[in-house]
Amino acid sequence: MKQAISINVNGVDHHDEVEPRLLLVHYLRDLLALTGTHIGCETSICGACTVLVDGQAVKSCTMFAVQANGDSITTIEGLAANGSLHPVQEGFWEKHGLQCGYCTPGMIIAAKQLIDRNPDPSREEIRHGLEGNLCRCTGYQHIVEAVEYAAKKTAAGE
Amino acid sequence: MTKYVGQRIKRTEDPRLIKGLAHYVDDVRLPDTLHVAFVRSIYAHARIAGIDVTEALKAPGVVAVYTGKDIATKVGPVPCAAALPDLKVPDYRVLATDKALFVGHPIAAVVATDKYLARDAVDLISVDYEELPVVVDVEAAASGGPVIHEKFGNNIAYTLTSGEGDIDAAMNAADHIVKQRMVHQRLAPIAMEGRGVLARYFPGEEELTLWSSTQIPHLMRTQVALMIGLAENKLRVITPEVGGGFGSKLNVYAEEALLSWISIQLGKPVKWIESRRENMQATIHGRAQVGTVEVGCKNDGTITGLRYNVFADLGAYHQLLTPAIPTLTGLMLSGAYRIPAIQMNVTGVFTNKMSTDAYRGAGRPEATYVVERAMDIVAAELKMDPVEVRRKNFPAKSDFPFHVATGLDYDSGDYEAALDKALELSGYAKLREEQTKARAEGRIVGIGMSSYVEICALGPSQAMPAGGWESATVRIEPTGKVTVMTGASPHGQGQETSFAQIAADELGVDLNDVTVIHGDTAIVQYGIGTFGSRATAVGGTAVLIAIQKLKEKAAKIAAHILQRDASSLSFADGRYSLPKGDAPVPDAGTSDPAVPVGEAPAGALPEPQTEGRSTLTIQEIALIAHIAKELPPDTEPGLSATYFFEPKNFTFPFGTHICMVEIDKETGETKFLRYVAVDDCGKVINPLLVDGQIHGGIVQAIGQALYEEVVYDEQGQLVTGELMDYAIPRASQLPWFELDRTETPSPVNPLGVKGVGEAGTIGATPAVVNAIVDALSPYGVKHLDMPARPEAVWKLING
Repeated sequence: MKQAISINVNGVDHHDEVEPRLLLVHYLRDLLALTGTHIGCETSICGACTVLVDGQAVKSCTMFAVQANGDSITTIEGLAANGSLHPVQEGFWEKHGLQCGYCTPGMIIAAKQLIDRNPDPSREEIRHGLEGNLCRCTGYQHIVEAVEYAAKKTAAGE
Repeated sequence: MTKYVGQRIKRTEDPRLIKGLAHYVDDVRLPDTLHVAFVRSIYAHARIAGIDVTEALKAPGVVAVYTGKDIATKVGPVPCAAALPDLKVPDYRVLATDKALFVGHPIAAVVATDKYLARDAVDLISVDYEELPVVVDVEAAASGGPVIHEKFGNNIAYTLTSGEGDIDAAMNAADHIVKQRMVHQRLAPIAMEGRGVLARYFPGEEELTLWSSTQIPHLMRTQVALMIGLAENKLRVITPEVGGGFGSKLNVYAEEALLSWISIQLGKPVKWIESRRENMQATIHGRAQVGTVEVGCKNDGTITGLRYNVFADLGAYHQLLTPAIPTLTGLMLSGAYRIPAIQMNVTGVFTNKMSTDAYRGAGRPEATYVVERAMDIVAAELKMDPVEVRRKNFPAKSDFPFHVATGLDYDSGDYEAALDKALELSGYAKLREEQTKARAEGRIVGIGMSSYVEICALGPSQAMPAGGWESATVRIEPTGKVTVMTGASPHGQGQETSFAQIAADELGVDLNDVTVIHGDTAIVQYGIGTFGSRATAVGGTAVLIAIQKLKEKAAKIAAHILQRDASSLSFADGRYSLPKGDAPVPDAGTSDPAVPVGEAPAGALPEPQTEGRSTLTIQEIALIAHIAKELPPDTEPGLSATYFFEPKNFTFPFGTHICMVEIDKETGETKFLRYVAVDDCGKVINPLLVDGQIHGGIVQAIGQALYEEVVYDEQGQLVTGELMDYAIPRASQLPWFELDRTETPSPVNPLGVKGVGEAGTIGATPAVVNAIVDALSPYGVKHLDMPARPEAVWKLING
């Protein structure tokens, strides 16, 4: 039995009929063709699938699309406002915070929430804040620098 | 002329990745795609008495179900490229036929219109298993027990002895012999993107396109074409974005051939995206050696000989390079030292587990761990400082090229310089004082080091299974844009940027004018791939030499236009120029004013302006070469060159890592106080990328030292079947890495580069374990096996 859902994704309203078991990440990727959100573990460990649901970083591989009915979602594709990079995206580029890029969208979304909550995080706080996101390439140090860059840039912009 | 080479240039590949607009295999969406899901063995060893697919075939959306019997004669076996004397090679079918030999062994493939429906139908297939006795432990498998491949009579795949020098005499000449058993636990590579395959057959053209998350598109094309009986030039392999490999995608897997074959049968695109559980079960593992090292030494610390007897756990089958990996261990057992006699005796053993194969470092981390742990054990035996034992046995800078008793000739090195820099950067003497103070306060603090050498730039074709060269084509398009096609297949290392740096400098063009293309066998000339820290040293060199070839032609054209001998022209900043003061080309007033390349009016190719010129850019020459009206006689139009670079030797990066750890007495948990790494990877193209490689490499090494282990229980069930059970390092567990470098160019290639992709993983593991053993030495601990889990460490502290 399919259920009707209404979800706003990156500022656009979507109305679809989906199976109750459809995972949010598959809804985003397969129905909306927003393939920037990746799947890395299917068990909410790695964080590759992190998106913002009503401003909260959520692992979309363990949430059903029907649970997001009525919510507003931001994916990596929706982060660059008017074509200009979000400070976190800029930080990842400037500081070489990515290598293969697979964990990057989830990492960037998690980092955005981290800075939203704590505009001036210490390195330790950044590391703690990103504990739910795994990266196998970078060793995290450049990611920490990327988040520091983004925090400074965000603070300077305010 | 290095405007770009040597600079910390941010990557050109990043914008698409940080915007979420890049395409990994699962992001490639084709209409009418069918989805494949697998039935995989739930037993480590079982006879398959029957498979009932009736219910599955009736399930919604199911298009087809294939079992081993359906395809046994139609798809060839999974290939093994390793060639060793008397190697036993089992017949590795893409679906199990009569027996399943490891948990995760594919037994049946379901094809459905939707991935959820395919997965549903998997549960409707009933497999009649007859359980067989299981052999999991490598030493038990070697010494008897259940035989996995009956036709071989036992579980020994091969035995091999390697090394040079009289090992018995060397041991007899020693004042001391230290001996230690060491376990290199089984690891999972865990690329964040698992494997993925999309195969699309075009029935009209009789051509197949295979998208695969692989490190070796061309080798895969050759192998899959052979497996499914398709002409190689009818198969196109595309490697889109690849979400990490670490060796796990340096392989040809059953799924790649099977999906290709299914797509031909059904005439539709078919896709399979590996789940993490499948990735843990059925993507290659790494390491898995159990060995004993014996080292002979003199009273002054001089090493006389090293013997390593080792059992290598190969798993149930050979993947592409499975049996060859331990031979790399044998090659690197001299480490950074002068050791007159070395012997490795390796026994490759079948077990009821997934195959092992190349995981970042691939045999070299094991060697480095053996040698660097042994150096510390020797130091402890002789009551010497670990630094001094190492220094005592280093070859001098002037000894290079340096022959070692594993048969290799190290290209260049200055081991003492890297050691001294690491000692200085870490403040080693002061760290020892701090340690003494900490111990007096009852804290458990240790300092560990590792002076590693690794073997990179794999490699001379004579020493490789099938071709060790790499290829490049460089073309300057009519509009002056530079296209570099590399046979290497980067997947996160950043060669779209670093190869563009090489090309932009050599051609004197803007970095943004260069595009690097890779990973599409229909576009790129045959190549070998990215693994073994080879892409820049071998593939980057191919780019450089291709450009040099291209410039020979460009110079001839320039000379013709400028009406001089090519030898009288100079080339700088992308421009061929007449000698200063020479009269320019006479102006006959027939050509239009020059339009700078790239600024031509929309829709119009600029006319090359040649009169009145005393200089020509290489980009203008490309236009002239394509218009081909003013070429010297007998000159081929166009401006491109291809080069296949065959390295004459491997390269040998090295360095010293020093770390300080503290162990929590209450929990046994290890924390880092310092981590200093001084690495020498020869000339550096992009320091930013090199730092990233070192960071990531060290963290994978820390993962092995402290956290990671693939665990099978005695029934061969995979206990670490998800990332919930298999612990890769998290951001909060790691120290701030303090990096520095020495730079000893390699004489093996004109770039002077050595390679850096695996250095951190090879160098760091023993440094961490040495630090832990040092910390625990007051408790009488001389060695502990990895991973140094808190529980194990706590037990050592608390008896």
